[in-house]
Order: sequence, then C-alpha cells, then structure tokens
Amino acid sequence: MEHITLLLAIVVVTALVFDFTNGFHDTANAMATTISTGALKPKTAVVMSAVLNLVGAFLSVEVAKTISKGLVNEDGIQPEVILAALVGAILWNLVTWLVGLPSSSSHALMGGLIGATVASIGVSGVNGEVVVSKVLIPAVAAPIVAGIAATLGTKLTYKIGAKTSEKDTAKGYRVGQIASAGLVSLAHGTNDAQKTMGIITLALVAGGTLAPGSNPPVWVIVSAGTAIALGTALGGWRIIRTMGKGLTDLQPQQGFAAQTSAATVILASSHLGFSLSTTHSVSGAVMGAGLGRKGGVVRWSTATRMFVAWGLTLPAAGLVGAGAEYVARQGQWGVYVVAAFLAASCVAIWLVSRRQPVDHTNVNEVEADAEPDGVVTTAIAAVTPPPAGTVAAVADEDLKTTIPAPAPTDPAAPPATAAV
Amino acid sequence: MKIDWAALGSVFGVSLVATVALVGLFTLGVIGLSKQEQAAAQGGSAALARTGAYACFALCLGAVAYGIYLIVA
Repeated sequence: MEHITLLLAIVVVTALVFDFTNGFHDTANAMATTISTGALKPKTAVVMSAVLNLVGAFLSVEVAKTISKGLVNEDGIQPEVILAALVGAILWNLVTWLVGLPSSSSHALMGGLIGATVASIGVSGVNGEVVVSKVLIPAVAAPIVAGIAATLGTKLTYKIGAKTSEKDTAKGYRVGQIASAGLVSLAHGTNDAQKTMGIITLALVAGGTLAPGSNPPVWVIVSAGTAIALGTALGGWRIIRTMGKGLTDLQPQQGFAAQTSAATVILASSHLGFSLSTTHSVSGAVMGAGLGRKGGVVRWSTATRMFVAWGLTLPAAGLVGAGAEYVARQGQWGVYVVAAFLAASCVAIWLVSRRQPVDHTNVNEVEADAEPDGVVTTAIAAVTPPPAGTVAAVADEDLKTTIPAPAPTDPAAPPATAAV
Repeated sequence: MKIDWAALGSVFGVSLVATVALVGLFTLGVIGLSKQEQAAAQGGSAALARTGAYACFALCLGAVAYGIYLIVA
C-alpha cells in the first residue's frame, strides 16, 4: 500500500460502492419472503441479513481468484477497465433498484466487464462460449430449477399439513423461514463480498501495488465485508416489495418452501460446480411457491418485466461499461469524468427515488393498508390489485405502484403516493 | 460449445429431492408439535408425535449444519 495512485484509489472506492449496491440490491433475495409473510419485522430482517453477510465475508478464506470466471482475458487488464466495468454494474444496479426489479448483481458486473473489455481490446478479449455456458444457461436454468422445487415443496407442505390449524403451525414455519433466509444471507456474504475483494485485489495487482497472486490485504477484506453489510442493512425496500408482494401473495408455508428451495438450489449449484445466480433462483422459487398453492396467482406482468430486466442486464451494463472505458482511456481527466459521472448519476437516481420513497414502513403495503384517511384511502383503492384480477387490471396496478412517478408532469404524485 | 449437462442435471435432481425432503420433514415436525399441543390442551400427551417432531427437526438442523459446512468449505 505504499503508493496508491489516484486512479487506484478511485477504483477501490468504486468497487466498494459496487459492493454496497450489491448489498442492498440483494437483501431481497434473503429477506423478501421473510418480510412479506411477517416472519420477521422488516428492520430486524435486514439487520440479521447484514450481520450474516458480514460474517459470511470473513468465513471463507478461499478468494475468488478470477472475478470473471474466464469470461474475459484477465492478463494485462487495466485499472481503467475495472473502473469502467464497475460503473456499468453500479448504474444498472441502481436503475433496477429504482424501478424495483430484482436482477443479478453478478450479471451486471459481468456485463460491465464484457463491455469494458470489448472497448479496451476488442471482441477477441471476450470468451463467447463462456458467456453462454456460465451466464446465459444458468440464467434460464436457475428460476426453472428453483421454481419447480418450490412448487413441489409448496404442494407437499399444503397436502400433509392440511389438517392442522394455522395458529398451531405459524410459529414453526416462521422459524423455518428464518433459518433458510439466514443460510441465503450467509452464502451471499461469502460469494459476493469475496467477489469485491477479488476485484480490488485484481486492481491493486494491475496497478502494481501488490505482487501478482497475493491474497487480499486485511483492509480489503474488512472494507468489502463492511460495505456489503452496510448496503444490506440499508435494505433495498423497493426490490423486497416486488419480490415479497409483487410477484405473488405468499403465505408462511409458501414463504418457507420458496426460501428453502432457493437456499438448496444456491448451495447445491455452487457445490456441484454449476453456479446459479442467487437472484434468479429466489425469484423462480417465489413464483414456484405462488403456483404451488391452490388458488395462488403469479402476476405475470411483473414477472415479465423482471425477465426483460434480466435480459437487458448484460447489454445495458456492457454498453455503459464500454462507454466508460472509452472515456477513462483518454487519460487522467477521462478517469475524473467517469468518476464524476458516476457520482452525479448516483445522486440523481437517489433524488428520483425520494419522490416515492419505499422503506421499512411501507414495504408490505402494496395491497393492504388500514389507514382510514380520505385521500390516502382513495389513492390506495386506486392501486390495490383486485383479488386475482384480470391480467390487464394487474398490469395497470403494476404501472401505478412500482414505476416511479414521471418527473415533472405529475405534480400531485408526491403527497398521494408517499403513503402507497 | 460444451454445456455441462451432467452438472446441470445433478443440480436439478439434488435441489428437487433436497427441497421436497426438507420441506416435507419440516412440515411433519410442525404437525407433530401441533398434535402434541392439542393433546396437552386436553390434558393428555402425545409422546410419539413429539418424539417424531423432534426427530424431524433434528434432521432439518443437520441439513442446515451441512449447508453452513458447504458455505465455509
């Protein structure tokens, strides 16, 4: 750490910002079902997830040696390329958070990396076969595998538990959900915090500060673990709401089956060498659990928007990554421009999000709200989905609830929608 | 283009079996405990149901422990 150049410092800070966004983007994976079924209070849930993420970051000593899984040629990768990749990934994470859609943080990072690499050394730097086998196939497989497992699990638990009363079993399912959510959090900490450590280490090696092949220094481990835990504790409430309430309505049994299926798929896949995205697995599991209950509905319009976001992740993050790389390559000032652009975009997205804040107080309020206020009730009535309504009506509801109010054309929006 | 169908298949199989088994076990445990509670409310006891429930939960706990082991390893 003797001479960290300004460029390196920017890369390190950007990597930590990515880690932070990764944390709050992925809180939903572990805690959405727990929060929506009421197994844990929203705040308790995110704090528990944050602690487990932090623990997870320190648990494993095995470092992600290759951040890109052979996706791009890592030899001679420049710090500018890493910076550009991170910019693409962060922006995609923030935009999807703004519209409340779960999408894979890893895919965003890979997309940014592909884009930046193409801009830097051309298409030859990207291994197309690996893109298909490590990114595209898992993206399709994860929700299917987790979804089928969750459907069967849900069917089973309703079948053999049919004779029991809800009162007697609620506590049991609660504990079960918390346990499987805890496992997902822990696994997330080890995987994703390690990823950032790997990136920072790679940048330090690329910048000549560390010898090639060295392990991440302690300050990298501590800061990466802390960043992801802080992000998780902040809670990506918008995404939690979509995952826990938007895709389907979950009862405790379904929440338990979904989270168990997701935890199993994540652990089995990483152990058996066919890594599946956490986000995709959990989303699939939630939808599967929705289908598994008699009379359960999956809101396909929300699901479709989510699938579209998944499809756009790679190209969108890649385009931004490529653009950022092109600018950053211009020299010192280019790097500053990219850093300033990133900071400005983050602030802008945050400001837009304040128009219609979603936090721990209203995370579960897509459809149920008991406030007997004239204006508020009307506003809620306007956005409350009809019970198992038609597709058209549901699509309408989605547009109103999860897409942030369009900027200046809707002056009445902030007061009315704040409570929704 | 080589896709590791074997690995994907085993992920699918293992996930399916493990999820269904775990959810089933846990549900049996929950049912066992609720039976025990009903019996206790009526002044009796359902030792078999309770023992069975604890056995189910123990197996689930074992699965969680194995999961943590997989994360750490």
